[in-house]
Amino acid sequence: MKALKLSQSPDNAIGSLLKYLFEQNKISAAFVLCKNNSRDYFYGLITDKNLLEKITPTTPIMPSSAGKMLSKLTMLEPLTSPIAVVLRPCEMRAFYELIKLEQARPDNILFISFTCKGVISIKESKDGFEEKIEAYQKNPATELTLPGLRQCCQICENFVPENADIILPLIEKNDLNNTTFLIKTEKAEDFVQGFEAETVEEELNDTEISKIKEKRARKKAEVFANITPDKLGMKGLIDIFGRCLNCHACGRACPICYCNLCYFDSADSEVGPKAYEAETETKGAYRLPANTIFYHIGRMIHISLSCIGCGMCTDVCPVSIPVGTIFTRVAESAQEVFKYIPGRNIEEKIPILTFKINEFEEIGEE
Amino acid sequence: MQTEPTIIGFLCNWCSYAAADLAGNSKLEVPGNLTTIRVMCSSRVDPVFILNAYFQGADGVLVAGCHPGDCHYQTGNYYARRRLALLIKILQTFDIEPKRLRLSWISASEGQRFSEITQEFAKFIKEAGPNPLKKKPFFE
Repeated sequence: MKALKLSQSPDNAIGSLLKYLFEQNKISAAFVLCKNNSRDYFYGLITDKNLLEKITPTTPIMPSSAGKMLSKLTMLEPLTSPIAVVLRPCEMRAFYELIKLEQARPDNILFISFTCKGVISIKESKDGFEEKIEAYQKNPATELTLPGLRQCCQICENFVPENADIILPLIEKNDLNNTTFLIKTEKAEDFVQGFEAETVEEELNDTEISKIKEKRARKKAEVFANITPDKLGMKGLIDIFGRCLNCHACGRACPICYCNLCYFDSADSEVGPKAYEAETETKGAYRLPANTIFYHIGRMIHISLSCIGCGMCTDVCPVSIPVGTIFTRVAESAQEVFKYIPGRNIEEKIPILTFKINEFEEIGEE
Repeated sequence: MQTEPTIIGFLCNWCSYAAADLAGNSKLEVPGNLTTIRVMCSSRVDPVFILNAYFQGADGVLVAGCHPGDCHYQTGNYYARRRLALLIKILQTFDIEPKRLRLSWISASEGQRFSEITQEFAKFIKEAGPNPLKKKPFFE
């Protein structure tokens, strides 16, 4: 496919492209990761092209899921003028799922994404973060033992943004001085027309990608070997989720968990005398906070089909429960039932929002 | 200690609830430990309701709706079937007893069948013993 080559670092190259799009009035805003200082990263909607020097789209940090943030912008009404969005592959898949859930609209968005090496946990964005980023950038993508790299990223096999309009092949090259934009769609071609860069023909490097995929799949199998049904059961669940505070931060951070009035926050799930008396009668004690495991399994039921395995939940957990890893494991088996891959195709319906007449006949008794 | 199991039945208003009514009118036997909850359609049952029943001490959960193709709302029961397929898979992943959950199609004229299914299910649950989820350990 057509590609544009620039001898600049990825961040600067994206900056130049956005600047060009602003100058030509092709976009009215850019939605991109910004940096205030080494402890303060955030997603911003930029309309002033002079502020583009603050952007840092490839810094390995995810302060919040861009998919969720974009849905906040587009939930009530679609965007009226085109914007460019730079986001990671999992964030884009999350955005697609939110579109299917009618929480976002895809109109007027130019998606720019890149093959993703993973992100470093938010908890690491304190003093000394710069050195971590440097180590991260030097390391090849097959290296999974970087300090602070999210576990969900280490086991992620969907690091190629299949649906983006413009793709930057970053991790196969690991080149900080040259950047290539792969122009994937016609829409993108219209946008970049006239942009000064060397035009070449280039494809994604499939051999390198499958090498990284293989490495991550091996890691995944290793991690999942400890999350099998025989090791779980109620006892295993208490081992994992026992220290849960019931703060619901995982749900707040999750891009797919969108309900403003969550059942688990409602008065229905408050503990009344009926609930604790029934338990104290049989056990002589009642454990608080109540309903922690119920919350997690309940959330799995609600979101597992759309879970894109970004790992935001693990990142925000104040008591370091590997929420994301467990969810990814459950999500994989749930998605397997319906042969569904979240975020792959915008036309494909979420399995529980559709049905086939002749299926699962073993479940309902005739 | 409680010896009789607790069974929760989510019955669809148009078919299964009417069948339960018919079973009662026909003086057919229905297990006394079945607590029925009337829902407008089997697809109203969020799998979380079922999980909630388990955690609050139900030993078995029965979801009953119209036969496929006969839904009062045309397609509700097909959605219900998919949701339960999802729930069963998640329960299997955690090894927490998907056998305590049953989905049956019982039409409004099948009072006899309602009686048979509920009795058979009650017997099965009694044999299976109390629900381990109910005994969430406080101290191991």
